[in-house]
Amino acid sequence: MTLTDFQHLMPLLILTVAVLVAMLVIAVGRNHKIMYVITAVSFLAAFASLFELRDGGRYTIEPLLVVDGFGVFYIGMILLTALLISMLSYAYFEQREERKEEYYILLLLATIGACVLVISKHFASLFLGLEILSVSLYALIAYLRKRERSDEAGIKYLILAAFSSAFLLFGMALVYASTGTMEFAGIAAAITNFTELPLLLLTGFGMMIVGIGFKLSVVPFHMWAPDVYEGAPAPVTAFIATVSKGGVLGVLIRFFMEVDGFRYPTLVLILTIVAIASMLAGNLLALLQRNVKRILAYSSIAHLGYLLVAFLAGNQMGVEAVTFYLVAYFITTVGAFGVVAMLSDKERDAEQLEDYRALLWRRPWTAAVFTAMLLSLAGIPLTAGFVGKFYILAAGVNTQLWLLVVMLALNSVVGLFYYIRIVAVMFQQPEAEAEADPRGKLRPSIYVASVGTLTLLALLLVYIGVYPSGLLQVIQGLIATAAP
Amino acid sequence: MILVWLIVILMVGGMLAWISGKINRTLPRWVALASVGAVFGITLYLWLTNPIPVLGSAWLIQFAQPWIPQWGISFSLALDGLSLLMLLLTFFIGLLAVLISWREIQTKVAFFHFNLLWVLAGITGVFLTMDLFLFYFFWEVMLIPMYFLIGIWGHENRRYAAYKFFIFTQASGLLMLLAILGLYFIHGSQTGLYTFSYFELLNTTLAPEAARLLMFGFLAAFLVKLPVVPFHSWLPDAHSEAPTAGSVILAGLLLKTGAYGLLRFVLPLFPTATVEFAPWAMLLGVIGIIYGAILAFSQTDLKRLVAYTSVSHMGFVILGVFAFNEWALQGVVMQMITHGLSTGALFIIAGFLYERLHTRDIRQMGGFWSTAPKMGVIGLIFVMASLGLPGLGNFIAEFLTLVGSWQANNWLTVFATIGLVMATIYSLRIMQKIFFQEYKLEQPLPDMNAREMLIAIPMVAMILWLGLYPQPVLDTARPSIQEQLQAYTKSVVEQEPIARVDDNETVTIPEKATMLEKSKKAKPSSDLQIPKSSN
Repeated sequence: MTLTDFQHLMPLLILTVAVLVAMLVIAVGRNHKIMYVITAVSFLAAFASLFELRDGGRYTIEPLLVVDGFGVFYIGMILLTALLISMLSYAYFEQREERKEEYYILLLLATIGACVLVISKHFASLFLGLEILSVSLYALIAYLRKRERSDEAGIKYLILAAFSSAFLLFGMALVYASTGTMEFAGIAAAITNFTELPLLLLTGFGMMIVGIGFKLSVVPFHMWAPDVYEGAPAPVTAFIATVSKGGVLGVLIRFFMEVDGFRYPTLVLILTIVAIASMLAGNLLALLQRNVKRILAYSSIAHLGYLLVAFLAGNQMGVEAVTFYLVAYFITTVGAFGVVAMLSDKERDAEQLEDYRALLWRRPWTAAVFTAMLLSLAGIPLTAGFVGKFYILAAGVNTQLWLLVVMLALNSVVGLFYYIRIVAVMFQQPEAEAEADPRGKLRPSIYVASVGTLTLLALLLVYIGVYPSGLLQVIQGLIATAAP
Repeated sequence: MILVWLIVILMVGGMLAWISGKINRTLPRWVALASVGAVFGITLYLWLTNPIPVLGSAWLIQFAQPWIPQWGISFSLALDGLSLLMLLLTFFIGLLAVLISWREIQTKVAFFHFNLLWVLAGITGVFLTMDLFLFYFFWEVMLIPMYFLIGIWGHENRRYAAYKFFIFTQASGLLMLLAILGLYFIHGSQTGLYTFSYFELLNTTLAPEAARLLMFGFLAAFLVKLPVVPFHSWLPDAHSEAPTAGSVILAGLLLKTGAYGLLRFVLPLFPTATVEFAPWAMLLGVIGIIYGAILAFSQTDLKRLVAYTSVSHMGFVILGVFAFNEWALQGVVMQMITHGLSTGALFIIAGFLYERLHTRDIRQMGGFWSTAPKMGVIGLIFVMASLGLPGLGNFIAEFLTLVGSWQANNWLTVFATIGLVMATIYSLRIMQKIFFQEYKLEQPLPDMNAREMLIAIPMVAMILWLGLYPQPVLDTARPSIQEQLQAYTKSVVEQEPIARVDDNETVTIPEKATMLEKSKKAKPSSDLQIPKSSN
């Protein structure tokens, strides 16, 4: 490895060192605050090191990794999201009895996994990143081990994720068997002459879609999502919904663009069906839920369906739309789960709709942030979600995916219904005037930290909603350099 | 820049009103009153100082600033006679809405006024914007605060009504968004210039099939908002459950955004497709007129009754819009204004009665003339306005609409006229049930106080003025109406002449000429335009 290699891998190295340091610190003595500071600083340092790579162009570290504008943008997005989640986690875990310190190690590891995913250009690094991410997630989901449902969710995720990894591996093996290479570029070169995919290769791709689809929780591989979302601690749920899915989507885009999978009608058909099914099932099932975490779980299934619409556009604009929407979706999801985390108490998370009744009159600011997040998920103007949805629709209309676009529009209406229902519950009149807020016992400094994070997210949401040009410029600038 | 200020003042005023609620409970009211008063003043000033432009450049003020240049979106506002009139109406009704809430709204005053001002800001944006993306943006911006107005301060069944309102308008709005995007990409692929600018998109040439689909996308949003009969079912619920200010804004302004959209976007953008669709649209309009009138007659809930009269009156709007001639469109513009005033006033009276009686059921009312004569007189004036009595604004509006639509389609106009008779029946029923018959209450009904008179008298003055001397309004609207019709004066001649409006030949039917002379409002000129002044 040369010095420039190190320089390009700096974000990953910083995180790795941080994990080691964190483990040593725990060996010396347990302190929640120190752990938190180490985590936050390492995320910030890793993010800062990205500025070195901002305009470096495409740099490959043979044979596994490629650092380009696309990768840099996704890593940056993942790091910032992880930073925000760690800020929310601090307040969340501070009020809990369990040992808190290891949580941060797992968080750092999972983030490394996601970062490796988005810069991988080889099946080996893809699988490596995916497994680092998944294995950390098993532990993270079951982290509050005294809670029955947390354990259940962890086991469920473990079994299903292992199963889907097996599918992915088998798929990779089949692709390898027919092309003789595991590098994305090599596969692209090997299949470039086929107009129709041979059966063996198609099976391989199909199995890979199963594995990837599971991680993205798209229909029909979505069964785990509601239970895991419900059982996992709120910050971990935010992590699964954002970083984990974002990383996997990043590698999916890279692989498909490189191989140019959009040439093959069979693959496009499969993904189209998956997208439509995800939108429909996610939104319709969300209508039936009374549990906020489950609603958000189904809504995230639907949102992945929306993302696939732009993905299926299969051109530069589609990739930009996916990326933009991901940014909006990250902000919104972290914000929404941040509110859930903030309202949670020692025993349980605030997940029933009842917990939110008349929230606006009890905690106006929190309720306002949550409303903004929900409206953004619904795609209402002045929020980032609106611009994102607009971008996706534009990408879809541009490539004339009329069926998908119309489905998206109809589904947005269904989605609106349940988001508005949560908002309506928050705006209801309080039943009894004297109802004191039982959850005001946090120490003020921690409270300020999470309120600060949420405020930051809300401001970002509105900023991108009102003035998307800045973000667009960054995305277009970085991704244009990455066009394979 | 002054146009931006109109929106900014309202939005900032809304924020201030919310914040000032922490200091004092009545402060938000004053903040809201001041900001709406300010924008009303500005608009009035614009009207009085700006000369009506000559034909060719209907635009009084324009403002454009790139917003998202990557997508060809600009923050582009423009004012012409039509938007000027709509803005005047918006702010006039906005002022009334603040005033009538003074006593009615007692909970969460600050947040109420925030929402009120933001609805007005959204509506202002819709009337001003000349960028289709921005138009959709404002179209949606006005929804959320309206949803809260209905959902928080409404009557018993408010949540259902708020949902219904929101989902109807949002779903139809999304279809419009798809149509906007379709237009954007078609225009972009033709010219290489990807832009949402209204003025650029006007020059798009569309294949008939594409034009038809895109037109239906736009129509979906506007017809639901207007509303036209099969899509009207959100309206009675929303109107009757909203607080008085909400009903007034809904009836007075939100419905008008639909009509405005038809005039501003559908007519000029899709000249051929609309001509094909016109008979059906006019039929829907006539069905709306009659259906609304019949349902209005059978209601017992006063606000619901007034809501159905809106359905009936909006039928005239769509009838007029799809007649494609200047008379009908002048009628439509007048109808938008006068309906906003007269229906708003009826909702305000319903609000006054509700404040006193805590019911909207007209079966429990009766004989109020004896104890509340002032309210009786005001009520009488607006009921008469609503049935189209000459001398009041609505008469001019409906008359012009019918004259225009007669030229386009004789039979449908005949049926539409039946609606006028039915309007008489339901309007008189309102009068009779509430103010006549025997008195049913134990204690006397308090008459209108000074604040309520302050609200009612300007409305009476306005409706009388519009009925007696509508010429300034017609003059203001005329250049922009001609602008909207430009495509038709050219294309209609080549097309199947559904609407025969020719530039030079007079097709005035003698019968109508005499009718016009009788009305003493305008004399027919050779080119079928309403002259600026008849003497």
